[in-house]
Amino acid sequence: MQQRDFDIVIVGGGGAGLRAAIGAAEHAKEHKTPQRIALLSKVYPMRSHTVAAEGGAAAVTSAEDSHQAHFDDTVSGGDWLVEQGVVDYFVHHAYQELVQMERWGCPWSRKDDGQVQVRRFGGMKTARTWFAADKTGFHMLHTLFQTSLKYPEIERFDEYFVLDLAVHEGAVIGVIALQVATGELTLLRAKAVILATGGAGRLFRFNTNAGIVTGDGMAMAYRHGVALRDMEFVQYHPTGLPGSGILITEACRGEGGILLNKDGYRYLQDYGLGPETPLGKPENKYMELGPRDKLSQAFWQEQQAGRTGKFGDSDVVYLDLRHLGEKYILERLPFICELAKSYINVDPVKEPIPIRPAVHYTMGGIETDPLCETSIAGLYAAGECASVGLHGANRLGSNSLTELLVFGRLAGEQASKRAAQTEWADTRLLEAQAERQQATLARLCDGEGSGESWVELKHAMVQAMESGCGIYRTEEGMRHSLETMRQLRERYAKIRVNDTSKIFNTELLECIELGYGLDIAEASCLGALERRESRGAHQRLDEGMQKRDDVNYLKHSQVFYQGEAPAELRWQDVDVRFSAPAERAYGDAGKGGKV
Amino acid sequence: MSTEQITTKSVSTNNTSIKHISVKRYLPDSSAEAYWQQYEMPVDDSTSLLDALNHIKEQLDSTLSYRWSCRMAICGSCGVMVNGIPKLGCKTFLRDYEGEIRIEPLSHFPVQRDLVVDMEIFLEHLAAVKPYLIDDNPVKPYDPKAPETYQQTPEQLARYKQFANCINCGLCYSACPQFGLNPEFLGPAALTLAHRYNLDSRDHGKKQRMTELNRHEGVWSCTFVGFCSQVCPKHVDPAAAVNQGKVEAAKHTLIALFKG
Repeated sequence: MQQRDFDIVIVGGGGAGLRAAIGAAEHAKEHKTPQRIALLSKVYPMRSHTVAAEGGAAAVTSAEDSHQAHFDDTVSGGDWLVEQGVVDYFVHHAYQELVQMERWGCPWSRKDDGQVQVRRFGGMKTARTWFAADKTGFHMLHTLFQTSLKYPEIERFDEYFVLDLAVHEGAVIGVIALQVATGELTLLRAKAVILATGGAGRLFRFNTNAGIVTGDGMAMAYRHGVALRDMEFVQYHPTGLPGSGILITEACRGEGGILLNKDGYRYLQDYGLGPETPLGKPENKYMELGPRDKLSQAFWQEQQAGRTGKFGDSDVVYLDLRHLGEKYILERLPFICELAKSYINVDPVKEPIPIRPAVHYTMGGIETDPLCETSIAGLYAAGECASVGLHGANRLGSNSLTELLVFGRLAGEQASKRAAQTEWADTRLLEAQAERQQATLARLCDGEGSGESWVELKHAMVQAMESGCGIYRTEEGMRHSLETMRQLRERYAKIRVNDTSKIFNTELLECIELGYGLDIAEASCLGALERRESRGAHQRLDEGMQKRDDVNYLKHSQVFYQGEAPAELRWQDVDVRFSAPAERAYGDAGKGGKV
Repeated sequence: MSTEQITTKSVSTNNTSIKHISVKRYLPDSSAEAYWQQYEMPVDDSTSLLDALNHIKEQLDSTLSYRWSCRMAICGSCGVMVNGIPKLGCKTFLRDYEGEIRIEPLSHFPVQRDLVVDMEIFLEHLAAVKPYLIDDNPVKPYDPKAPETYQQTPEQLARYKQFANCINCGLCYSACPQFGLNPEFLGPAALTLAHRYNLDSRDHGKKQRMTELNRHEGVWSCTFVGFCSQVCPKHVDPAAAVNQGKVEAAKHTLIALFKG
């Protein structure tokens, strides 16, 4: 068993993990306390799902914009279920982080005068989204990865799959990981650990997410008693490709693309987002530039009314870009052209793109305080895996790429601070925990599993999440999904891996990921069932629960792991210190801003 | 606006047929030799090679190992040889192949298991060219309290943008005969990345990178076969980058000569 000591261990090599690593390294340098940082990732860092983000990253940029406006958009976008102190910190640190990316070489798109260009995005009052064509996440991730190579104090462990956190007396003391290439267990002792493991979109069947987005870090923290917060809020992105779910960026609409039903009608005007804006003149917070939850809900309504078209077996509406002209489309949106042509044989320059909503983003996650620390001392979380409280019931497009910079850096700095004042724990404590992991692996690989198939269980999970926890939800549907998760968790205990090889055993990894997934799927279903109101991305069809209910549910849900027993839920107050809950309105109804 | 019924063509899912896929298997802890294994499956017009591999994994043989993630040709994980040509599995469609399809791990890299190759040397080559913005004495150092960007016009951006689109999939290394002969050769992607930063108006690190580029294993190992650019799934054109790099390297040598 390999055993190493580090000041800080970071789990996850996407945008948040890399930014945390650089943030920690810079902090240590500044305070003249040399620190060793380990960056573990189950894939090579540039494979991380940040790479697939397309549209851009938000920050108050132009002279006419204000921090107050970005704050208001984010708070109302999240249907007031956000931590307002956190949002305030976020909007004030967004710009400096995007500039820092620029100084590291990120190829942001530019205006003729050499300044950074911004574009419109949904739910934002004005254009404030920085972009690199429609491959913003790709360019940010590669810029961060390449910049991280400047820091010899960051040691990468590429293709190390983390199995568990080592926790002793309420503090994290390290992690236990599997080297994928050899199957060897690796013990990393640490004074602080940062989870930056991304979301859990793969709990659902139809989604925009990469195969690796399986909620690993969420499950690890949860199993050690950290609350998963607001897990019922799952974002459906309104525009995924039929069949695959591949993402077609919101920037299409930011640049002026329109959404049509099968009759060629801009149906969004019927859902509180109108009046219709003139073709080629998109207006912020109107029509196609409404927030994602509302747009996905409008699709569902059109589908119920029989006004969606068909593409293969899928019900679809149409994203029409043709009026933008070939030159502009290819300059601003080259990647989605490539995707539409390759995967559905549609050229967006010549035809409307058939699209439908797909699961995209996990608003909830590992509960942290405003400084990214969890309820376990020394354990931090940042990025999509975390619930620092920025997104509430619905995330605005282009807030998450900025989030992973702002809170990735903060988590890195906080971890560095803690590491400077902390000693390593006794190695024997980690060894004991590693032995338990070894036993779990042994049970999966050579135990007497009754032949439960991970494939069957996985399919049952993603089907149940989709049918019970979709865009609109019912008491009965959610209850059924929750019960399904509890049964699947029982069956999971009897699972058996066929592949007994130590070397690059991806079947074993899939089984472990499925175990993670089932635990957090239960949390998600429980939060959904217990939230008897409609807010943001959580919409119920049940009588008396179709509206927001601030009296009873202006609260975060917190779900706590109980081992084999059913998970437990508690409610937590929301920080509403700056802006009292008001009606959330877009289009003409939202004119005049908040009450 | 006037409304009209929208009809679009549809990738048909009813052109279902049965395809045979042969995969080169290598399981080092059970056999020292690689062997071919054939799988048979139903496919339609939309089935990618990655879909097929996932079908094998879930329905036919859970022991097959391969890398994948985004399934939208941006993460760079799923490169394999398809009938001898390096391709991304997620961007290769079975409808384009008649008869048997033969899948092998990427050429020129050591095979770890089945379709998984060891990419370490590739990562080392990337790191060797200092692929980050170097500006040791900036006119205005970055200050988080008064953050200011560099200026860069769209024309300046356009000079390097194409070369910044590399997804690190490694297909060009499998296509490169020189890398096949000598894995110490920095190779197309690393040289392209160096060139990307050298062309960036914000960067002042060209001199630092030149030592590495000007070595025998740098630009001079390239014999301009150009296959790297043909197989690049993102049209980065590494061959162009490497050969522009040769001009730069030659200039650098001449200047160094005159400076004595």
